[in-house]
Amino acid sequence: MASGEFTVQDLKRILHEAAGESDGADVDVGTMDTEFIELGYESLALLETGSRIEREFGITLDDSTLFDSPTPRALIEAVNAQLTVQEAS
Amino acid sequence: MTSRAVVTGIGVVSPNGFGAEDYWTATCGGKSGIGRITRFDPQRYPARLAGEVSGFSAEDHLPSRLIPQTDRMTQLALVGADHALADAGVSTGDLPEFGMGVVTASSCGGFEFGQGELQNLWSKGGQYVSAYQSFAWFYAVNTGQISIRNGMRGPSGVLVSDQAGGLDAIAQARRLIRKGSDLILSGGVDASICPWGWVAQLAGGRLSTSEQPDRAYLPFDTDAAGHVPGEGGALLIIEDAEAARRRGVTRVYGEIRGYGSTFDPRPGSGREPALRKAIEIALDDAGLSPGEIDVVFADAAAVPELDRVEATAITEVFGRRGVPVTAPKTMTGRLGSGAAPLDVAAAFLAMRTGVIPPTANVTLSPEYDLDLVTTLPRRASVNAAVVLARGHGGFNSAVVLRSTD
Repeated sequence: MASGEFTVQDLKRILHEAAGESDGADVDVGTMDTEFIELGYESLALLETGSRIEREFGITLDDSTLFDSPTPRALIEAVNAQLTVQEAS
Repeated sequence: MTSRAVVTGIGVVSPNGFGAEDYWTATCGGKSGIGRITRFDPQRYPARLAGEVSGFSAEDHLPSRLIPQTDRMTQLALVGADHALADAGVSTGDLPEFGMGVVTASSCGGFEFGQGELQNLWSKGGQYVSAYQSFAWFYAVNTGQISIRNGMRGPSGVLVSDQAGGLDAIAQARRLIRKGSDLILSGGVDASICPWGWVAQLAGGRLSTSEQPDRAYLPFDTDAAGHVPGEGGALLIIEDAEAARRRGVTRVYGEIRGYGSTFDPRPGSGREPALRKAIEIALDDAGLSPGEIDVVFADAAAVPELDRVEATAITEVFGRRGVPVTAPKTMTGRLGSGAAPLDVAAAFLAMRTGVIPPTANVTLSPEYDLDLVTTLPRRASVNAAVVLARGHGGFNSAVVLRSTD
């Protein structure tokens, strides 16, 4: 199990494993605030990505957390918040 | 006047040929795609031969985004659809999106994908099951993915009636053309050569257990003892003849002229099987007499009882040795919902090239009074053809195809 911080590189890697590489702009530091849907990833791709993040980082993400995080920045922050909560407990 | 449904494009993904041209060269040359299974180790199974589409790598043909969410049958279908659209000279972006629909057949859905996710479920737990399993296994998924990829948002659907479904889908495409759609992409592609799919096929009790590729699938032969399954199929672009003319199409393969489907009586009822009736309904629908048909592509079950039913039906409609009969699926195996669309493609290619492909490896049993084209292809002027397909449980379907030249 990985631990520590969830980075944009982690997101990019897991997103590619889960749902493949998009034809458009990739997830990166330059697209942190671009919505996933514009990056070519729909809700099912995010569901699959969320499930892989949970497995790899040993956390639990509510479906609402996923769908309330429309951009890479929002999702990374949500995952890191969850990691902090779980490390504290 | 009722609108005419014409075929303007053909896409083939077959065990003995990738692309229509490859397939036709192989088929007329008697080249088989049947061999020992390579997609898994078949050693522990009683049947070990299949027709596999070898050398296919989805990554070479499809965008990365589609790979994690698609079963092999869908990957093959998407590529077959690309071929068919290209062959018809259709750029879907140039046509009204609601004027184009997709109707495919499916006999079993995405078995290989489903097997992987079941393995994940039982060996690792529910959190390891792909979210894409929700649709990747589904019967309608080939239709859906083709529709999404190509922006074809008109009337669409899926037909599930085992092997007969391949013709039922094409008939539904014609129905939609008559109701006003300009273009329907139709046909079928199945691929379930994985342990789970194999076990399901074995349970049907009709698989050949021969280990010799040239002796395993012998319809209408004294040694008929079941069939070899295969993967792949064909997709066709079916258009309203007038709409095709308007977009500048000058050469079509031919017309979907007639269709008939029936269901067999209850086993043991003593009543006649309904295949003959399906042929007669299709001929009647086409407005053609048996004497006007130049070739019959047989369902070719290779189960003696089923071969007898089919030979009897053909003889009763067309007379003793009254029409050339062939089964090029002896070179691909039975492809589930892909089999009959591939035969439809073969029939149109026979019209275009004036060649009837052979039934490979078969020596006609003296029991049947059929003019079976065996060993070598036969030169013939083909203007009208009948394609037959039957599905497990009693489905019978027939289509009549006609050249438009």
